[in-house]
Amino acid sequence: MAEHTIKLPDVGEGVAEAELVEWHVKVGDLVREDAILAAVMTDKATVEIPSPADGEVIWLGAEVGDVVPVGSPLIRLIVEGAVADDKEADAGNASSDEAEKSAPPIEPAGEKETDKIRADVPSAETTPEAAEAVAPRRPLASTGLPRPEGEKPLASPAVRLRAREAGIDLRQLPGSGPAGRITHEDIDSFIARGAQPAARGLMPDTSVEEIKIVGLRRRIAEKMALAKSRIPHITYVEEVDVTALEELRSKLNGERKAERAKLTILPFLVRAMVKALAEQPHINARFDDEAGVIHRYGGIHIGIAAQTNAGLVVPVVHHAEARDLWDCAAEVNRLAEAAKAGTATREELTGSTITVTSLGALGGVVTTPVINHPEVAIIGVNKIMVRPVWDGTQFVPRKMMNLSSSFDHRVIDGWDAAVFIQRIKTLLETPAMIFVEG
Amino acid sequence: MKEISCKLLVIGAGPGGYVCAIRAGQLGIDTVVVEAGRLGGTCLNVGCIPSKAVIHAAEEFDKVVHMAGGESPLGISLAKPAIDLGKTVAWKDRIVGRLNNGVAGLFKKAGVKSIQGWAKFRDGKTVEVETETGTQLIHAETIVIATGSASVDLPPLPFGGNVITSTQALALDRVPEKLAVVGGGYIGLELGMAFARFGSAVTVVEALDRVLPLYDAELTRPVLKRLDALGVSVMTGAKAKGMSKKGDTLVVENGNGGEVRLPADKVLVTVGRKPLTEGWGIEELALDMDGRFIRIDETCRTSMRGIYAVGDVTGEPMLAHRAMAQGEMVAEIVAGHRRTWDKRCIPAICFTDPEVVSAGLSPEEARATGVEIKTGQFPFQANGRAMTMLGEDGFVRVVARADNHLVLGIQAVGQGVSELSAAFGLAIEMGARLEDIAGTIHAHPTQGEAFLEAAMKALGHALHI
Repeated sequence: MAEHTIKLPDVGEGVAEAELVEWHVKVGDLVREDAILAAVMTDKATVEIPSPADGEVIWLGAEVGDVVPVGSPLIRLIVEGAVADDKEADAGNASSDEAEKSAPPIEPAGEKETDKIRADVPSAETTPEAAEAVAPRRPLASTGLPRPEGEKPLASPAVRLRAREAGIDLRQLPGSGPAGRITHEDIDSFIARGAQPAARGLMPDTSVEEIKIVGLRRRIAEKMALAKSRIPHITYVEEVDVTALEELRSKLNGERKAERAKLTILPFLVRAMVKALAEQPHINARFDDEAGVIHRYGGIHIGIAAQTNAGLVVPVVHHAEARDLWDCAAEVNRLAEAAKAGTATREELTGSTITVTSLGALGGVVTTPVINHPEVAIIGVNKIMVRPVWDGTQFVPRKMMNLSSSFDHRVIDGWDAAVFIQRIKTLLETPAMIFVEG
Repeated sequence: MKEISCKLLVIGAGPGGYVCAIRAGQLGIDTVVVEAGRLGGTCLNVGCIPSKAVIHAAEEFDKVVHMAGGESPLGISLAKPAIDLGKTVAWKDRIVGRLNNGVAGLFKKAGVKSIQGWAKFRDGKTVEVETETGTQLIHAETIVIATGSASVDLPPLPFGGNVITSTQALALDRVPEKLAVVGGGYIGLELGMAFARFGSAVTVVEALDRVLPLYDAELTRPVLKRLDALGVSVMTGAKAKGMSKKGDTLVVENGNGGEVRLPADKVLVTVGRKPLTEGWGIEELALDMDGRFIRIDETCRTSMRGIYAVGDVTGEPMLAHRAMAQGEMVAEIVAGHRRTWDKRCIPAICFTDPEVVSAGLSPEEARATGVEIKTGQFPFQANGRAMTMLGEDGFVRVVARADNHLVLGIQAVGQGVSELSAAFGLAIEMGARLEDIAGTIHAHPTQGEAFLEAAMKALGHALHI
């Protein structure tokens, strides 16, 4: 028997610390070699920490949401056999005493509560982070969790009868018991809260839920606050007639080879941006405002904002200038899939020099995109709508799309921004120009 | 013509009707119940109770036959036994008689007036009853239809002669040498097995591809094994075509289209039951129907105001305990209480050898609802009490949701497992999780321990297997 301490490994180049986003084990668990112990999050990528050996978890060094420096102890295991020699075993015993002393505070009631809640109402466990964060602050005994829609309330015959006689519709009660079972206490507290009989209709919901912001959501919050507080945004909206582009796109999709990805509007926009940025390279840049230096890049690395279940991530199409239309399409698709599946690497999620954000069919008429700090420009794509357009003699139906774009006004003047967007507009309205060399 | 008025009129004194009437009487409602036959309905007179009496007699006889044959591992031996079925039936009739009187006594105690005769609706508030002493007219504020169900016959095998109903099978005075049972549902198998144990050579003819089609194959396997051991031959995918001219042979078309002739002293037809919706004036009411049944809502109201229906006439499962629960509920509703049908399960039992119990959902039904499930199954082979009773065949199986371990269904097959239905029903009705069952001490040594172990097995830590 020996004690083995697992430290937070170096999880990526230049990464000094990582946020603990999930424990897969708790004190007392027996783990196998290579079993996942925890998940930590660096800039954007989540890294899982595997166990180096079989053993029993005796100590956890951080709570979910803590930021842990690389190299600091994360977990201690009691390991069977030959991993450590006698001396280490002695040292292990010594520190294991220590660990015992420190163990209780690190294994808070909340931790156990969490486990219970997970067993009881896993349906509420949409993201592990959320469940971890909510659990300790919401003792189930008093509140219970809402039932998934359409599920019958679970209650014993006596509770059902009592509710029926009191005119209470059990569907309105959260169940605090195991598996969401509604108890007599739930009815007591429902009545004590002055509950109106169900038949009276709408009722105020005074509950407040505390949700600790961890993981990706915390990154997003920090990043957005940084961008909005540091960067004076100028937002410029222009409408683009994409009738010709849509015609071309549907023709290309109709005749594309089976192995090729279906074209969306994005690869065309990427190619148009490459062309426009060639003329205005100062927009393809990152502004280090603390050093007072602009890094202007030769390569065009376009971040594509993507919604995932966990939140917003921005995978990057690297070197868009070296990719043709089909290649762009394939890369955008691949990155979107990887982001959704959570398999995008750290490299794929960093290094953008300008960003595109699109909500597809939900794109709205106008958005005010937030610049992906420390970049200086972001282009937002709004939805395509057929709108009447005056062609000089009559109204004609045209497919119209707005571009809502924001620029860092410290380094990009309104004039430059307008010229840039007008250039993209011209390219998209006459798509053949996108493909003309020079 | 005599005329009376009452608050509540119940038509039919079977389990649904008599329970409704007694409960209504307890609640002080002026109640009249009309019954054409004897009090207690199918259940008490020709169904549950008499069949269980005969099945019990068969079981006892079978035991002593085996002891007489020197086969008993218990070391008991005795002279060759004989059965006097006439006496058995007389004993059974005494039990039925006692229970008939019991119902009458309960009516009296609850202040319920009982009228014997055939009721016929004149309109939604008035019923005519043909009694021995003439026609009686009853006006009622509320009427409960509890007319029950009757055996269905097969057109090529009309009842009569040697073709008998289950009712007649329970009144035979001699054990038939050769018995053919048409219909391999629970009634056919219960009675078929009982007669096999009395010594009849029994053949079961079932049109579907398996017997007891309402239960899954795993659950019925021990029953099939026992049928085989009793020498009962089972023909599945076979259709009864009719009797021979002499009336002593049943003609059957087997699954391959070939004709098989089964010599039979008696042919018991148990191909199902139909709701009794004819002959009492349903046409006067124009009630909405649900297929063959009277349509009811969750408070047993029919489409006509002031008219309720309970029991077999309202749908499946046609079980006495469902009717009783409905009857009780309707009485309370009529008394002004707020009630609605909110039961989570209606356990069903098949008194074959071994017995089969099912409460809630089978694994297949549970999966069909779209939830992930886990199951735990514990064999009686590993249960000490079952061993001491020579009842090692069978098992208890628990079906639960995988995410929150809520128990959705419990099934069992084995000797005497019918009594476990109480625990199964309670667990499901209370909303038990696997942990609730696993955390309840089950007395040792009992078969109930298999229930505990099945729950523990589903949780991944059964102890005795």
